Amino acid sequence: MTVLSALPALAAGPAQTPSLVQSVDWLALAPVVITAAVGLVVLVADLFTGEERGPLLGWISVAGLAAAILTLLPLRAGDRTTFCLTGDPDACSYTADHFTLVIQFLVLAGALVTALLSVTAVRDARMPAGEYWFLLLSSAAGAALLPASRDLATLIVALEVASLPAFALVGMRRGDRLSSEAALKFFLSSVTATAVSLMGVSFVYAATGSLHLTQVADRLEHVPGQLDTLAMAGVALTLVGFAFKTAAVPFHFWVPDTYVGAPLPIAGYLSVVGKAVGFTGLILVTVIAFPAYSDIWGPALAVLAALTMTLGNAAALRQSADRVNGAVRLLAWSSVGQAGYLLVPIAAAAYSDRDQIGSTVAYALMYAAVNLGAFAVAALVARTKPLQRLADYRGLYARRPLAALSLAFFLLCLAGLPPGIIGLFAKVTVFQSAVDAGLGWLAVVMAVNVVIALYYYLRWTALLFRTPEEGGAAPDPAAAARTRAPLPVTAAIVLTVVTALVLSGAPQLVLRFASGSLFPQ
Amino acid sequence: MIDISPSVMQFLLAFILAAPLIGAAAALLPAPPGLKGKSPEQAVLRHGVTVTAVILAAAIALTLGFDHDTPARFQATTDISWIQALNVRIHLGIDGISLPLLLMTALLFFLCALYSYYKLPQGPSPKAFVALLLVLEAGTLATFAVLDLLLFFLAFEMVLIPMYFLIARWGGAQRQAAAWKFILFTVLGSVVMLLGLLLIGLNSGTFDMVALASDNGRELTHTTQILAVLAIGIGLAVKTPMWPLHSWLPDAHTAAPTVGSVLLAGVLLKMGTYGFVRILLPITPGGMQTFAPYLGAFAAIGIVYGSLACLALARKGNKGDLKRLIAYSSVGHMGFVLLGIATMTPTGVNGALFANIAHGLITGLLFFLVGALKDRYGTADLDTLAGATGAALYGRAPRLGAFLAFAAVASLGLPGLAGFWGEMLALFGAFDPAEGLSRPAFLTYMAIGGLGTLLTAGYLLIVVRRVCMGDPKAKSAAPAALPDIQHYEFAAWTPLVALTVLAGLWPAVLLGLTDPAVQKLLAGGNS
Repeated sequence: MTVLSALPALAAGPAQTPSLVQSVDWLALAPVVITAAVGLVVLVADLFTGEERGPLLGWISVAGLAAAILTLLPLRAGDRTTFCLTGDPDACSYTADHFTLVIQFLVLAGALVTALLSVTAVRDARMPAGEYWFLLLSSAAGAALLPASRDLATLIVALEVASLPAFALVGMRRGDRLSSEAALKFFLSSVTATAVSLMGVSFVYAATGSLHLTQVADRLEHVPGQLDTLAMAGVALTLVGFAFKTAAVPFHFWVPDTYVGAPLPIAGYLSVVGKAVGFTGLILVTVIAFPAYSDIWGPALAVLAALTMTLGNAAALRQSADRVNGAVRLLAWSSVGQAGYLLVPIAAAAYSDRDQIGSTVAYALMYAAVNLGAFAVAALVARTKPLQRLADYRGLYARRPLAALSLAFFLLCLAGLPPGIIGLFAKVTVFQSAVDAGLGWLAVVMAVNVVIALYYYLRWTALLFRTPEEGGAAPDPAAAARTRAPLPVTAAIVLTVVTALVLSGAPQLVLRFASGSLFPQ
Repeated sequence: MIDISPSVMQFLLAFILAAPLIGAAAALLPAPPGLKGKSPEQAVLRHGVTVTAVILAAAIALTLGFDHDTPARFQATTDISWIQALNVRIHLGIDGISLPLLLMTALLFFLCALYSYYKLPQGPSPKAFVALLLVLEAGTLATFAVLDLLLFFLAFEMVLIPMYFLIARWGGAQRQAAAWKFILFTVLGSVVMLLGLLLIGLNSGTFDMVALASDNGRELTHTTQILAVLAIGIGLAVKTPMWPLHSWLPDAHTAAPTVGSVLLAGVLLKMGTYGFVRILLPITPGGMQTFAPYLGAFAAIGIVYGSLACLALARKGNKGDLKRLIAYSSVGHMGFVLLGIATMTPTGVNGALFANIAHGLITGLLFFLVGALKDRYGTADLDTLAGATGAALYGRAPRLGAFLAFAAVASLGLPGLAGFWGEMLALFGAFDPAEGLSRPAFLTYMAIGGLGTLLTAGYLLIVVRRVCMGDPKAKSAAPAALPDIQHYEFAAWTPLVALTVLAGLWPAVLLGLTDPAVQKLLAGGNS
């Protein structure tokens, strides 16, 4: 870390005579460092534990993530910064402000739920435990670093740390052609996007001479005339890499195949943490670094948001009930649609003020809880019906009433209809930001999309309560129904459903991020 | 009438809103020992009757405790902060406009629960049926009792999922398509409505209906008001339903089970018109003024359109479904309500509110009766029912026939019954619309509306002739022994008949409640 952040310090120019050694606030770094360290511990521990002790590594990882979440508590004042330039103490590479802490909480909690789901998945699919947990934790560490990054170099590094392990995780299912293909597709397209981003960063650096977001923001206000085009191109290209992670149209095509090919917990992880990485990066570069060019990225993001939600929802609508892996495909496309809603407040920030992004954060917190919950139930169902067709969910209520009720609740939250009250109000805040910014057309597009999305969410929900199909292999489902749900999966479902229920009763818990400012003034 | 302390009133109203939700959750749990009843099915249905009865009792107590001398004032109010970020407050209260609707809702739900106890529609478990019914009740009651725009939206949305499942699971033929049509239409409307509500809230800085109403739109620019009325109006018009946004209604009514139709017509449609009165009239009077002539025009078309559709369905050989016919008659009746609102005069709005209640009672009764006919004959197809000479209910099941004739006559607006006053006042309001509205236009609407009453009388009398009269000995589709009214049917229907007569003979009981509130509403909380 110190080496990394020394780079921008060097880049800032030779004018600084004081020592180049920056002070390090380890407490502020703890959430990231603990996650990374536990990852290493697991990798080493794997060498000394046998096959039969497999779950141990999983539980170590879960404990590590829980510990990392706990270290967010002492930071909650949100006033810590570290890796600041010795010459300019206001330009820091790492900031633990409220925005950072909320996103870190989202990322780590998302990783925790993923880890709970993975404990059984790793064992059942006979995936190499040490590698799996190491990669998952590394990716989580990168994702936790990203919201704290306040210079373009750290941002890109964090983006890569979050993504590279994810490629390997997607291809983890041994001997599965689909899995390898998905990993390759994901890898190639992602690397291209990052390269484009990196080029954008270099343009911006060339135009401004700084990598620190705050300095970039200041200097972009006064770009010399002949560099204006360069800076503009830099801004546009930088956004590409993050738009890719968010799975915004037209950078969405990798999503369905990747989700289907990946182990189910990883698909859930990508849909929540992967997306968080993308929109966090987008928020940081747009509202912190490039406010000077808001007239460029504002309309661009608005159009992107409209396209993303429309295309995602339209594709989700077309999933037939009998298709193999239909359930995961539906969740994949719905996550593309949801990404569209997440982009709306960022676009709105260009038109009014940057605190609009609070709506994105609030929406993302809701989305993280309920989407992971949906994946958790899908993981449970996949144990008895590995084909993952939508039709397999028919009559789930008769077999597993609580799981069915939970899934129904998650889906209705995603659709934004009562009883999913938190989903409803999260959508209201997003609508509010659009209306507030005068983006009436976007609000109307989103309104139409909410109706489209309702159709497929409700169709799935209705399926859960249908009477199970008569006949068929009668003894088989009966035996399957009796197989007990594994403890970690149950824990994940309970965790997410309790979160969603509590939030529905007290939406203020997440919506408060939508009203105040998350960045220090 | 009775002196009940304010805190008890406050509790009663909060209880009325919370009890159905608690009851719904309890319905899903196994019955506690001692309440197991004869079977789990019977126990849960009895649970539904008990909960709705308790809520009805609470609503009656609330009505008795309501200070009838100041119906314009919000009473039994609660106002606590819920979501500070969105400025959403749990602000509850009732006045002369919402109290009758609240009471009617509680009554209709009780009657429906009672009816279902004896006659559960075909479908999956009664447990889910009762739970959904209670959630539906919570949503509708909340719509009439909340005083916060976003809470209103929440309540408005809450009815969708239960109603969807009631139609899709317990309905008749074509129920899936009808349920989808119902939910997609209304969701599209209500999301657009949300945009309008946000527009109001963001521009005036509050979502509180009371504050906004006393502000009377002074904080809002004319453009904002026009946009808000357009957006909110579309959402409410889909629900009401206003011609040409009504096309979900006939399908939903036809496919829904009997109690579903009763509640759709009796309660859910009122949510739309209530929104017009509660939100659009006082909060955006300027925008409403602009759109009132158009609203009146659509209302007038709806009246004639609904009646003509009914006439067509009632004709011999057209294979008209009785449920569909009554659904179309609802379009016509709601047209009168909308016309009354569009006049923006106290007379018209009072008429609209009166017609609202009357339609809830009468059409609720009609759907009960048609549902009973359908259960007995196995079809609601008018041609099959009537056969060559008519179904001859007077001869075969005289009491049922009498009830049907009574409901039909009440529906066509016979003076002395509830249906008369609302429509008369609405037309009267159109005769002299509010200042600034085009009088010739409204006179035209009045004339068209008058024609509509004639057509209404026409088709309802045709229905009575074809269903109630005829030769009892002629060969027909009737089962050999056509059972007359059962005791539970009698219990469920008599209250509606009694109230229809009461409201018809003593309209002051309702108008005395609504009029002061309407006066205050139109004056912007100043009088």
